[in-house]
Amino acid sequence: MSEPMLNVESISIVFGGLKAVSNFDLKIYEGELVGLIGPNGAGKTTVFNMLSGIYTPTEGKIRFMEPDGITKNIEGQAPHILAKSGIARTFQNIRLFKELSVLDNVRIAMHNRIAYTPFGSVFRTKSYYQEEERIKSKALELLGLFNIDSKSMELAQNLPYGEQRKLEIVRALAGNPRLLLLDEPAAGMNTQETKNLMELISFIRKRFSVTILLIEHDMNLVMGICERLVVLDYGKIIAEGLPEEIKRNPSVIKAYLGEEATIDA
Amino acid sequence: MEHKTRNSILLAIVAIAVVVIPTSLIKIEVIDEYTAQILTLAGINAIIAISLNLISGITGQLALGHAGFMAIGAYTTSSLTMQLGLPLPLAIIGGGFMTAVFGFVIGFPTLKLTGDYLAIVTLGFGEIIRVVLINMKGLTGGAAGLKGVPGFTADILAQPVISFAVVTATLVLILAGITNFLLSSYGRAIISIREDEIAAASNGIPVFFYKMFSFTISAFLAGIAGGLYAPFFGYLNPTMFTFLKSVDFLIIVVLGGMGSITGTIIASYVLTYLQEFLRFLKDYRLVIYPFILIFIMLFRPKGLLGRTELSLVGLLNKVLQWRASKAKDDKEARR
Amino acid sequence: MSIGTEILQQIINGIALGSIYALIALGYTMVYGIVRLINFAHGDILMVGAFAAYFFLTRFGLSTIGMVGAFLFSMIVSATFGIVIERLAYKPLRNAPRINALITAIGVSLILENGARVIPFIGPNPRQFPTIKTVNISVLDMSVSNVQIIVVLVSIFLMIALNYIVMSTKTGKAMRAVSYDRKAASLMGIPVNRIISFTFGLGSILAAAAGILFATAYPQVEPYMGIMPGLKAFIAAVLGGIGSIPGAMIGGYILGIAETMTKGFLSSQLSDAIAFGILIIILLAKPTGIMGKNVREKV
Repeated sequence: MSEPMLNVESISIVFGGLKAVSNFDLKIYEGELVGLIGPNGAGKTTVFNMLSGIYTPTEGKIRFMEPDGITKNIEGQAPHILAKSGIARTFQNIRLFKELSVLDNVRIAMHNRIAYTPFGSVFRTKSYYQEEERIKSKALELLGLFNIDSKSMELAQNLPYGEQRKLEIVRALAGNPRLLLLDEPAAGMNTQETKNLMELISFIRKRFSVTILLIEHDMNLVMGICERLVVLDYGKIIAEGLPEEIKRNPSVIKAYLGEEATIDA
Repeated sequence: MEHKTRNSILLAIVAIAVVVIPTSLIKIEVIDEYTAQILTLAGINAIIAISLNLISGITGQLALGHAGFMAIGAYTTSSLTMQLGLPLPLAIIGGGFMTAVFGFVIGFPTLKLTGDYLAIVTLGFGEIIRVVLINMKGLTGGAAGLKGVPGFTADILAQPVISFAVVTATLVLILAGITNFLLSSYGRAIISIREDEIAAASNGIPVFFYKMFSFTISAFLAGIAGGLYAPFFGYLNPTMFTFLKSVDFLIIVVLGGMGSITGTIIASYVLTYLQEFLRFLKDYRLVIYPFILIFIMLFRPKGLLGRTELSLVGLLNKVLQWRASKAKDDKEARR
Repeated sequence: MSIGTEILQQIINGIALGSIYALIALGYTMVYGIVRLINFAHGDILMVGAFAAYFFLTRFGLSTIGMVGAFLFSMIVSATFGIVIERLAYKPLRNAPRINALITAIGVSLILENGARVIPFIGPNPRQFPTIKTVNISVLDMSVSNVQIIVVLVSIFLMIALNYIVMSTKTGKAMRAVSYDRKAASLMGIPVNRIISFTFGLGSILAAAAGILFATAYPQVEPYMGIMPGLKAFIAAVLGGIGSIPGAMIGGYILGIAETMTKGFLSSQLSDAIAFGILIIILLAKPTGIMGKNVREKV
């Protein structure tokens, strides 16, 4: 692989006079699992928001490789277009469709590939029934892989926290993404849950052949599964490299803990 | 028989019954003309309330100018019948389409706004539409209004019967269409916008497109309702389409439950009847209605049905389930 | 009159009208700033204030003392209405979806308007507001009336007073704190509920003054009198940037002048439509208004 799947070239964003992210570069190759770490407020979610189309960078370019091998500029494109191109994400504070069922949450992410028209829905054509059947079984299958299919009719907001996080990931996968952005998937989880999550992420990589960029604070998870790390502080990259190197990098340690400390992981 | 077919037959029977039975009762004068009129008006109110619920309750974009859309539909229909001599059904559909065009044009800039601002702008447009219509004296008769709008039928004696039948049949068709739409992926897409726009967009839903779609359909339905209004009353006056009228429909939607179509229909019939019943209260009515609104907002914001729908199919399933379990119990008891 | 003087004349008229709009707009903007609510009922508080003054003046007569008394009485009555409405109807909905509060505000507005209509001692018919004799002063081929001068002076006085309160007092600082971050303000020991009530009261006081000035200039009071000025003042607040106090003042004057210009040079019927036109244009071009800041939703 010579051509990166995602090539972020020096993006910056300014909010009302404050440069939240400066000259952020990143290359992600197909199949990688990269971690984006840094202290709180470093700008990690802002980077995600730029990658998923919620914000438009004020400077820089983002190039994304389509399945046919052609690379396109995607900076400033709307979120739904990026979702269709194959970039999916989860949110730091979980954004499920709270008052909809688990099943509906997943089915909504599959809307784009529906093969009937609104006309078909109103007049209940054959393709309506076929497609609804197809989506329902696919969604249940997906939920089953993650062991939450038994709760398919529950309202999303009634799920326990850990399952809500899982559901958000399932929803993101339902759109057949090639690049998955996970924003603090382990937030609020204890050691055992985090361990389960690590296995889940490995499973997802294998089963869905999806490239992953993840934001995390939990160093166990980060060191445990990330192949490569990028460290952000005050909107700028302060270090990049293998987890072992990053662990010992003095600027990283300083950013997280102040001078003269070590990260134990 | 397969569930699908069984359910469709059940719904078709109920739909036809709901139209045919009362119509016959009106024809043989078991239901008197006055009641028939209330039922017909309630049906028209239900259609426009459904149109409002579609954009405000289901898609989550509060719109306060639907009286303006109704006005466009009403005046378009009356112009088409009175000045072009078109048959009424065509004129009503024409009214719907005209209103949909306005909905599209107005929606395009305004649906980019959110929440409060959107509500205010739709209110503004509703008022602008009304003021413009007042000033188009040739078309609308100005502030004095338009008289002599052709009714549903030339036969005065058959008016109550035909009015009721046409309006109720239209309502039933619209209910069927909207329900089917909402139970599809398109319905889910639109509802997801209400739930969380950003999550919806991030999962591939083109939010602006569906807002426009919903708004335009909403305008179309409001126009159809307006088109039914014109022959029902036989006259039109700009004072029928003020902001206060928009608020009336808002009250219906809120009472029935923002997000429940069947709730809206129930609330529509209840409130239309109540409006007639409370006529003796005259101006006090204008104070009581907003009190009802505030009361609901403070103590039961979900309204009657919240976001759930009354489902005949669901009811049938429950009945069948109950019968099946009762049969099982009987069988066990006999052993 | 040459075109130049005609324009200046309308500007003078517009400044007087704009002062009234500015006073009302300040109420909208302060309430929006502090609880993110468009108080639909605010224009009707103007009506409450005008009627309170009407009853006071008919009872105690139109003297300078009477006028001052009318202002004070009207302000107290309006502030009470504003605070009570906030406590009963808006406070319970502070954490509810915004649609609910907006609908409730519409309800309150309708209750005030139609309530005034059915209450026997008010009733739907317009009353004549006791007003001073209009004296027109001629300046360079234009005329300014004593009423206009009073309107502008009183308004400016109140706006200066408001500015002092908001910028230089502890309560004002608390108001600003609550409008930035309600939770943090309460954690800092600020009595949030009291500050919110205070804000509503302050806005209502200004609306009452606006109502009296309005009734002095256009001396008819009736239950629906607050609707149009209220709506226009709201547009003024949006134009200036809702949540911004200087914005409300700027917006008020712009709207007042736009309206008098339209009345003078185009047609009076259009003067209402102009306000809506301005609203739509500003919401399409720069929804945050002239002085407004772009507030992003944090994702």
